[in-house]
Amino acid sequence: MGRVLLVYRLAARDLRRHAAQSVLLLLVITATSATLTLGLAMHTVTTSPWNRTFAATDGPDIVAQSFPPPPRPDGSVPQSATQKTNILNAMAALTHTPGVTESSGPFPTASPVLRVHGTTAPVMAEGRDPARAGIDTPELTAGTWVRPGGVVLQRSLADALGAGPGDRVTLGGRPFLVDGVAVTAAQGELWVPGLVWVTRAAAVSLATRAHPLSYVLNLRLADPASAPAFADTHSRAIGTGALGLTPWQQVQSSDTRVATVVQIVLLMGSWLLGLLALASVAVLVGGRMADQTRRVGLLKAVGGTPGLAAGVLLAEHLALALVAAALGLAVGWLAAPLLTGPGNALLGTASSPSLTVSTVLLVAAVAVAVAGIATLVPAIRAARASTIRALNNPARPPRRRGTLIAISTRLPVPLLLGLRLAARRPRRAILTAATLVISVATVTAALITRYSFEVQNQQQGGTGSLPGLLNRPLQGQVNQVVLVLGMIMVALAAINAIFITQATVLDARRPSALARALGATPRQVSAGLSTAQLLPALVAGLAGLPVGMVLVKLAVGLGGGNASGVTTPPVWWLIAVVAGTLVAVAGLTAIPARLGARLPAATVLAAE
Amino acid sequence: MENTAVLRARALSRKYGQDAALVRAVDEVDLDVTPGESVAIVGPSGCGKSTLLHLLGGLERPTGGELWLAGQRIDQMGESALARLRRHAVGFVFQAFHLVDELTAAENVELPALLAGASPRAARRRAAELLEQIGLADRARHLPSALSGGQRQRVAIARALVGEPLVVLADEPTGNLDSGATIEVLRLFDGLREAGQTLVTVTHDSRIAATADRLISMRDGAFVDETRLTGGSTGSLGALAGLEG
Repeated sequence: MGRVLLVYRLAARDLRRHAAQSVLLLLVITATSATLTLGLAMHTVTTSPWNRTFAATDGPDIVAQSFPPPPRPDGSVPQSATQKTNILNAMAALTHTPGVTESSGPFPTASPVLRVHGTTAPVMAEGRDPARAGIDTPELTAGTWVRPGGVVLQRSLADALGAGPGDRVTLGGRPFLVDGVAVTAAQGELWVPGLVWVTRAAAVSLATRAHPLSYVLNLRLADPASAPAFADTHSRAIGTGALGLTPWQQVQSSDTRVATVVQIVLLMGSWLLGLLALASVAVLVGGRMADQTRRVGLLKAVGGTPGLAAGVLLAEHLALALVAAALGLAVGWLAAPLLTGPGNALLGTASSPSLTVSTVLLVAAVAVAVAGIATLVPAIRAARASTIRALNNPARPPRRRGTLIAISTRLPVPLLLGLRLAARRPRRAILTAATLVISVATVTAALITRYSFEVQNQQQGGTGSLPGLLNRPLQGQVNQVVLVLGMIMVALAAINAIFITQATVLDARRPSALARALGATPRQVSAGLSTAQLLPALVAGLAGLPVGMVLVKLAVGLGGGNASGVTTPPVWWLIAVVAGTLVAVAGLTAIPARLGARLPAATVLAAE
Repeated sequence: MENTAVLRARALSRKYGQDAALVRAVDEVDLDVTPGESVAIVGPSGCGKSTLLHLLGGLERPTGGELWLAGQRIDQMGESALARLRRHAVGFVFQAFHLVDELTAAENVELPALLAGASPRAARRRAAELLEQIGLADRARHLPSALSGGQRQRVAIARALVGEPLVVLADEPTGNLDSGATIEVLRLFDGLREAGQTLVTVTHDSRIAATADRLISMRDGAFVDETRLTGGSTGSLGALAGLEG
């Protein structure tokens, strides 16, 4: 018990003594835990609104839709009475297929152009009865159901066009009044053309030679899980046209795509943050090792065992990790609904996800692992160090890199000093580069994502087109999440850079003072200390670009998208990322480097 | 005399703290060091010897008085200008050697030359010459950790000489050495004195003090006695120091 109390007391005092570093550790691991919580919690947040909509609207297991034959050279589409009969017969046959328990329709659908507030959009106008259908009864979120002369808009379409009940619109050039806005589980929110409902008579009257009437049939299956197989089996050509069947899983997958993409981005972000946290903790722990080793020496000198010495070091970091995990879980749990509200076309409001035991355990395990991995090696090394050596010369001897030392003789003094300082502590240089690679890669990924969206929108007719308008929620949320992740990582990397420079300054006190005694100016020493950080920053800047591209392609691939749609931004964007990284690192390291170069040389040398 | 002095101090002072906590580490010291002269400063621990040496080399700022190095007033000189002046005017030898751990003996010696802008080849050649002179040519590629204390201090002396400084300032150069290594360093200093190298040495060691042309005693930051030693290492005091025979 006494030993536990001693470990607690020593760990607590040390954390208090190094309050700034403790807070930084807490921040880094909290950010990781929060992002991981967000990623893990997204699934429950995202699927529940679609499930609610499906239940509220008696969503169909299968939507069968007829497609007209290809148009003639004059633009008209051959639509014979026989063709129409064939389609309706095929649909009637579907309703009697084994496994089908219920149906609604066929409903006539036209393909007019909707114009509202000066914006035009191709839509599918489905003719409905005033009475409620057995399957797929769109749930009104505003206004009333269709009446003669009126139209009801799918909510995502209404929001994209900025239209609502009472607005006057035209369909195929004819005036209509928006009666209401509704949601459905029969068509995805991002699908083009958008969906509107009119009366059956209006739908029939909106058909033209170029856009003849089609039909939609909704089916209920005895076994909803078999819907994809059913759709595959029964989709077929009819005459010169076709009958296409869409299973409910396809609609669900489409509607939860926004959240799925966001979830993938968050999960990848959390793993990247985990790596960044690992490097940060290693930097912080490494920066304090001389101090810690002396303390371990003292503990051993007064009778402490190596285990006790290592235990103190581990205990304080693991305690911090657990507190950070708890904070991260809370932040992630509260932030999940903000990042992923339900899509416009879905029913329901955002709510906090339930924290499952597995989520809590996984987040805690990652936090503890990050702190443990970064602390374990120094703790074991400190425990194994000889007591006298730990007391007398706690700093690890610097590494010698003969080739770099030889190369540096040909460089200007700041580069000579910087290269040698970086080479003295290669592990620190690698950690600096690693943290910056992650940050640069995330910033690059954010730029690539934004640029790819812009290119995609241009290819689809610009942001004013219907695909562009409907894509806004997805693109907005992905951009927002990537931007927030990028900002968190840049902030953490910036703090890291300052701490690493500070650690380098402390470690290089004697060589810096000596260089000044031997004739180096304070500016040369200061520039050397900054250069020691800029060299790994340059490597990180160059390596971060391809890593960022790989991350985006990986995220697109995991999200079921086409990685070939990822577009590389103009070269000057990428050059700006590298240049920006160097400028940022130079700026961040300038103050600690200047302060380090101004430490009184005589005092430093006299103290050794 | 003023024009020829390598170092000239007038009422040079360095104070720390104030009021009751005021410490006069160096208290209105006057000093002239002429070219080729060897000056030893002795005194008890804490009397201000090292502080004076740091002031003379521009590593520390005086709080009062005037100081000239190589004819230039340096007590109000900026840090960068001081650093540039040090490259050619001053060579430091420290009690704790202060060799860079990860550099070999040769790389340590050539460091000041590189900082002064010498070409890598010239710096390496000069370092090799100096290591040859101090008898450590065969240790040129050794790291400081592989050298004895005496060898490390000899490397530090070679480093101090690489820029061909006007004056070498040595702070307890034998303070961390055993008697054998002390003799090695004493011989080296004697050789420097005979070669006309200007030397200011702070020491506790009467044997190294005996090699000087002038012996200054310091107490409580002030000079309390000054003796001109005519013979140096080649006279009777040199014999006493064990440098002859």
